[in-house]
Amino acid sequence: MAIATPRPYPVVVGHDSALYRIWVAIWKFVRTKPLGAAGAAIVIAMAFAAIFADFLAPYDAYELNQRLQFKAPTLTHWLGTDEFGRDVLTRLIYGARIALFIGLASSFIGATGGAILGVISAYLGGKTDLWLQRVMDILLAFPLLILALAIVTVLGRSLPNLILAIAIPVIPRTARIVRSSALSAKENVYVEAARAVGSTHIRVMFHHIVPNIMAPYLIVLTAQLGGAILTEASLSFLGLGTAEPTPSWGLMLSGGAPMYAEKAPWLAIFPGLVISLAVFGFNLFGDSLRDALDPKLRHRS
Amino acid sequence: MWQYIVKRLLLMIPTLIGAALVIFLLMNIIPGDVALLIIGGDQGGDINPRELAKLRTQLGLDRPLYEQFLTWLWSVVRLDFGKSLWTGAPILEEIMIRLPLTLEIAIFATIISTIIAIPLGTLAAVRQDTWVDYVVRVISIGGLAIPAFWTGILIILFLVIYFEWGPPLEYASIFQDPWENFKQLVWPIVTVGYRNAAVAARMTRSTVLETMREDYIRTAWAKGLQERVVVVKHALKNAFLPVITIIGTEIAFLIGGLVVTETVFTLNGLGRFMVDAIAHRDIPVVQTLVLFIAFSFVFVNLIVDLLYAWFDPRISYR
Repeated sequence: MAIATPRPYPVVVGHDSALYRIWVAIWKFVRTKPLGAAGAAIVIAMAFAAIFADFLAPYDAYELNQRLQFKAPTLTHWLGTDEFGRDVLTRLIYGARIALFIGLASSFIGATGGAILGVISAYLGGKTDLWLQRVMDILLAFPLLILALAIVTVLGRSLPNLILAIAIPVIPRTARIVRSSALSAKENVYVEAARAVGSTHIRVMFHHIVPNIMAPYLIVLTAQLGGAILTEASLSFLGLGTAEPTPSWGLMLSGGAPMYAEKAPWLAIFPGLVISLAVFGFNLFGDSLRDALDPKLRHRS
Repeated sequence: MWQYIVKRLLLMIPTLIGAALVIFLLMNIIPGDVALLIIGGDQGGDINPRELAKLRTQLGLDRPLYEQFLTWLWSVVRLDFGKSLWTGAPILEEIMIRLPLTLEIAIFATIISTIIAIPLGTLAAVRQDTWVDYVVRVISIGGLAIPAFWTGILIILFLVIYFEWGPPLEYASIFQDPWENFKQLVWPIVTVGYRNAAVAARMTRSTVLETMREDYIRTAWAKGLQERVVVVKHALKNAFLPVITIIGTEIAFLIGGLVVTETVFTLNGLGRFMVDAIAHRDIPVVQTLVLFIAFSFVFVNLIVDLLYAWFDPRISYR
């Protein structure tokens, strides 16, 4: 049997494999950034729940059942049931899908829109820059949630409108950060050289400036993700986001939860816990990403 | 200094007009118009077209857009915001009734959160990467992650079970009935304040961290000064300026927090007024409130900037 057979240099083989190197990198990340790793774990768990909701969820998220109203957490319904007899755990798992989709879509649209405006503003300079910055200043005069509320009021409640309402307030915030990095990137000699050999503005912007702003762009994108999930939850809680019967976390806390708080506290506790955990995870992950990508913070003593 | 203040005030005007324009355009995207809403046409009822046209003329909706905007702007300057579609009362009156409550929560939440956050943030920075730092960071990231409405719901849950708490029916003014006022507002203030303290503690930590790496801090250590003296007299004194900015940025979080907190605690403040107005599609009220909030936000930021200039000897008032 091969059990006792000594293998010559098994470790060396492992060193070369890509898989091994990935494990080493992950292990290093976990050791040096425990909070970031915890965040990443939460994010991965959430993505897993969102993708495999159909297999993971024990019940139907929409089926109403009067007989199962307000069942306390038991072995059959781990987190209890709501006022319509729907399984809370199932709705939380499907809720991950809604939260992740709206969060990703709106922060991607907002951060990308802001990044494009930021690069254009910095590259073209002059009057374009001046006017764009004034418009951004004006948009920044509105607190994030208030602007989102106003947009939802105007556009009405639907999924695309909700995404837009969460994305638009992100634009001026990203534009500002990206503009300042693009301004310094623009001063590089190779940008001047590219212009000198006759590259078009579009080419210079995409080939020579955009790579330089990827770090701040990614930082803002991840930083906004948690915020976007929170904004969606807040809007849904206020009754101005996703509508029943969508299993949205904010919505689960909106109508019934505070009213039945005494009778069925699990309705108030679990959705809030999941929202907090998700935003917490994204924020931790984003923080560590910023530490890793920001050269100013990289070599901390 | 006075010249600088006047200059800054004048510079504020384009921003305010721009903000008003954004709100005006936004509210004009709405399919249908206010006249239709007043008559109730969006509910699908029978509409008398002649009556609608008459109302539109009355409200000035048949005039060109820029004229409507200028008219609205002029009425805003005269503090005439029109009437609520829902209650029929003048909007200014409705705002004045609710303002004291919202203002009180905002002011107390800011004060309390600043008092808690600055020492905690400094402590975390000085003890970077120790358990103290981790605890402060986890609590503060938690404050950012936990939605204010959930904190509110949990507090209510606790109060209902242990104190048979019920939502306040009428706002008790701090000047007339301080104890009743305290009982009504202490929990909303805690709810809003926790979130604010989290934001402020995080920012304090990072500013103090940066300051602690400056050369003069190394000099202070090298002189053999005690840690307390280095941190309080040297580092914190210079990190104090960014802290003023923190209070400014807190205001943005504060307003969002107020909207949901007032809704959870069923307090009759401006935040809940706005949510109700949106639910009733009371467009004039929403328009006025968004404008009011944007104006206050710009104004608070101006005050923060002025304080900054006042405290920082390197900034000249020109």
